[in-house]
Amino acid sequence: MFSVRIHGRGGQGVVTAAELLAHAAFAVGLEAQAFPSFGSERMGAPVTAFCRTDDRPIRLREPIAEPDAVIVQDATLLHHVDVFGGLVADGYVLINSARDIGQLGLEELLERHQPSRIVTVPASEIARSHTGRPIPNAALLGALAALCGLVSLDGLGEAIEQRFGATAAAGNSAAARECFELVRSGRPLSETAHA
Amino acid sequence: MRKQLEGSQAVAQAVARCRPEVVCAYPITPQTHIVEALSRLALSGELERCEVVNVESEFAAMSVAIGASATGARAYTATASQGLLFMAEVLFNASGLGLPIVMTCANRAVGSPINIWNDHSDSMAMRDCGWIQLYASDNQEAVDLHIQAFRIAEALSTPVMVCMDGFVLTHAFEPLDVPSQEQVDGFLPGYEPRQVLDPDDPMTIGAMVGPEAFTEVRYLAHAKQIEALDFIPQVAEEFRERFGRASGGLLDSYRSEGAETVVVALGSVLGTLAEVVDELRDQGVAVGAVALKAFRPFPLEELRGVLGGAQRVIVLERALAVGIGGIVSSDVRTALAGLSVEAHTVIAGLGGRAITRRSLHALLAQALAGQLPELHFLDLRTDVIERELERTRDGGRPGPHAESILRDLRIVASGPV
Amino acid sequence: MSTPLPFYQTGTFAVGGRLLDEDDRAVQSDPERSNAITKGHRACQGCGEALGARVVLDAALRAADGRLVAANATGCLEVFSTPYPESSWRLPWIHSLFANAPAVATGVAAALRAKGRTDIRVVGQGGDGGTVDIGFACLSGMFERGDDVLYVCYDNQGYMNTGVQRSGATPPAARTATTEPLGGHSGNSFGQGKSAPLIAMAHEIPYVATATVADLRDLEQKVTRAMSFHGPRYIHVLVPCPLGWGSATGETILIARLAKESGLFPVFEAVEGRITSVARIRHKVAVEEYLRRQKRFAHLFAGDGRPDVLARLQTLANRNIERYGLLDDADEPTDIGLLDALATSERGPV
Ligand SMILES: Cc1ncc(C[n+]2csc(CCOP(=O)(O)OP(=O)(O)O)c2C)c(N)n1
Ligand code: SF4
Ligand SMILES: [Mg+2]
Repeated sequence: MFSVRIHGRGGQGVVTAAELLAHAAFAVGLEAQAFPSFGSERMGAPVTAFCRTDDRPIRLREPIAEPDAVIVQDATLLHHVDVFGGLVADGYVLINSARDIGQLGLEELLERHQPSRIVTVPASEIARSHTGRPIPNAALLGALAALCGLVSLDGLGEAIEQRFGATAAAGNSAAARECFELVRSGRPLSETAHA
Repeated sequence: MRKQLEGSQAVAQAVARCRPEVVCAYPITPQTHIVEALSRLALSGELERCEVVNVESEFAAMSVAIGASATGARAYTATASQGLLFMAEVLFNASGLGLPIVMTCANRAVGSPINIWNDHSDSMAMRDCGWIQLYASDNQEAVDLHIQAFRIAEALSTPVMVCMDGFVLTHAFEPLDVPSQEQVDGFLPGYEPRQVLDPDDPMTIGAMVGPEAFTEVRYLAHAKQIEALDFIPQVAEEFRERFGRASGGLLDSYRSEGAETVVVALGSVLGTLAEVVDELRDQGVAVGAVALKAFRPFPLEELRGVLGGAQRVIVLERALAVGIGGIVSSDVRTALAGLSVEAHTVIAGLGGRAITRRSLHALLAQALAGQLPELHFLDLRTDVIERELERTRDGGRPGPHAESILRDLRIVASGPV
Repeated sequence: MSTPLPFYQTGTFAVGGRLLDEDDRAVQSDPERSNAITKGHRACQGCGEALGARVVLDAALRAADGRLVAANATGCLEVFSTPYPESSWRLPWIHSLFANAPAVATGVAAALRAKGRTDIRVVGQGGDGGTVDIGFACLSGMFERGDDVLYVCYDNQGYMNTGVQRSGATPPAARTATTEPLGGHSGNSFGQGKSAPLIAMAHEIPYVATATVADLRDLEQKVTRAMSFHGPRYIHVLVPCPLGWGSATGETILIARLAKESGLFPVFEAVEGRITSVARIRHKVAVEEYLRRQKRFAHLFAGDGRPDVLARLQTLANRNIERYGLLDDADEPTDIGLLDALATSERGPV
């Protein structure tokens, strides 16, 4: 079983991100379950969504307390919400930010976890450049695909196509691809962002 | 064919394939996605010959369903929580009239304090309203139960409530199979009631029945539910033959053969419970689980059959009967009458508190150590309640409990504390 | 019409059917009429509600060619008509609850629409309590959605079925079991009033009318008119209740007429939210004339009486007269001869 917890704010497509991820996992033959943190959150409030994948049917119905990966869609949450709570030692972290881990004040994270698995991506900017809107969810999933190989870019593309209208789907797929390449290339991400 | 779908969407599609003719509902979280999806299906024409009525209350929703069903139309609605209680009077009426309406209850706590999260307080409060109550353990079962529900309701002239855990199931997105229209048509014949409101054969429906016949009418309602104890498994079996998967029935036993300790529960917690049972069985602990799929009618004999051999039964309830404790447990105890089985009531998951593997392991460890009281509250924050009980022990002033807790924590900004 | 019908001079404005063209004859004058409520019901003698409901439903049945379904709220009408295993109804009829008759009617209409049964029409009905109080939300919802239902309120100004308690339609100063004139009280208090017809009009529904059982032809015509529209329609019928009002069982019609002639109960018709016709007062009477005949107002006349309360009630009537133009010059009624006859009838002016 592999579990992902996604943190963001209402309006940033957090729940959609979990569903896209589940869809993409299903597309590569995995069982997948996505669910939101079930709040009555309004626009801008912290929101959490979860995605579990496994190669056998998933029966578990508890929230994800010990994620294998954490996606932070909004870096302003970093110091308000315990976004890394329970993250497994060899877990992955993906943060939507144009700044690097050091600039975000998260060096401590690098000490506790494997530094190569902790990545920031300027997903909002990338999403904006492809879709005109700074909704980073699909872009971040592209980055996740590169980071941990849970899903393929094709599977993600399929999920995106199912979910969005043609134009939005094309833009989001492109954003996901760009983030995928970015993480794949292993370039220091902060540099890319400033370029 | 399995597809990644949200529970609510899948249920809406399944309901649509049952060809309802009148769908009437009033929005309440977490039921909304179901009725929104049905409206879309009707507006797009995918759901044909169906009137969707956007009513002004749950009370009206069930009333519209009554009018429609009595006119010979297959009627469906969905609600939860405050909405279910708001239609309480009409629920009794629908069952008293023997109208085979099918309703989803997206289980949610009942306030106050207002709470939108899952527990079973709503449907349990309507335990005796005369409706058959079926509980889905997972989303696939929720889909399948709706299709079975129309069969059961129409065969027995009894309305059926399909209970699915709010959010935990309604908002979960997972691979689900929604049977095709042909499959459903093959399983569910058209609705052909004996009496309808028809000018060609005028009937008076809903007359005032006095002491001379009221008992008989109620008895028949009970008899229908007792018939359902045979019919529900038959429908589940036929469903399994046609659709190739097991869903529904009265109850489902999970590794409870030879188990010394058996946990009885309803709804989505069964998945997590099954994981815990597997983990403990791997360690050689003889535990099992029983999923109650039908709560009304209550399968006394069947339950006695699966629990009779256990030493200890733990009823895990997502609702609380204030002043006594368990709701399901009292029925389970009836099923166990005369057997030397130790029974415990565990109140868990109220108002959306997650029931985790960790908590369940701790619970079972406590039980196995012989330290589980007869009534136990899972993961209760004793510090909070003790402070408040302490305050009122010597006659503190009355007031809303939730707000009292805040005052004691000195978080209340308004006025002196 | 071949069957010879007896002709009674009724002491009212009613006229025997034979004097009129066939098209103008009353539904009730037709021996072949449907008789929606037939013998065996348990209403009190002189029950205005029983009369009103029969007239309304017979007229609706004729307008619908017999293709009519009724949904009834809990209340006297429901209880006295369906003493299980008997039923007085000769049309398909359903009773569900006190507060939900409009919604049940909506459900029937929705089912018929889904089944493509455009031939069958739907009527919802209830007492004033079921309509203006507990069932008001359902009624408003039915109006607002535009459901194809004619809803009829039989207003006897109180919860009669449960033993004459106050409802939102009980007039000021009336004695009910919950508004006893005790201490300094003079019965039901003077509230803001609640005009269900005006509120119905505010929903801009196609048709709203008020009527009384004093003018059954008018009631029939309004029902017929209402049935010529589709969408939500509302008729509010004043139906005196001898038991609850403490009136003589033989005076139900008279009392209904006095309610109208005093101005306390305005009779009008409105299409699409605008009043299109008003039944003018033919022979104005002081409210006292109306009130005196009912024991529920007896405390206003006991001892020194309560002229102050009577004055306030008269003010209410005067306001209605002004608001609805109940005394404005109108086209003189064509049956003026009858009017004159009545004014000098043995019963005296009313
Ligand atoms: C929910 C509910 N509350 C109260 C009652 C009791 N009840 C039945 S009929 C009635 C009064 C009916 O009054 P109205 O609607 O004016 O009809 P009427 O009997 O006067 O014709 C009441 C209070 C009920 N049946 N249901
Ligand atoms: S109490 Fe009034 S309304 Fe009821 S039956 Fe008697 S007269 Fe009619
Ligand atoms: Mg009344």
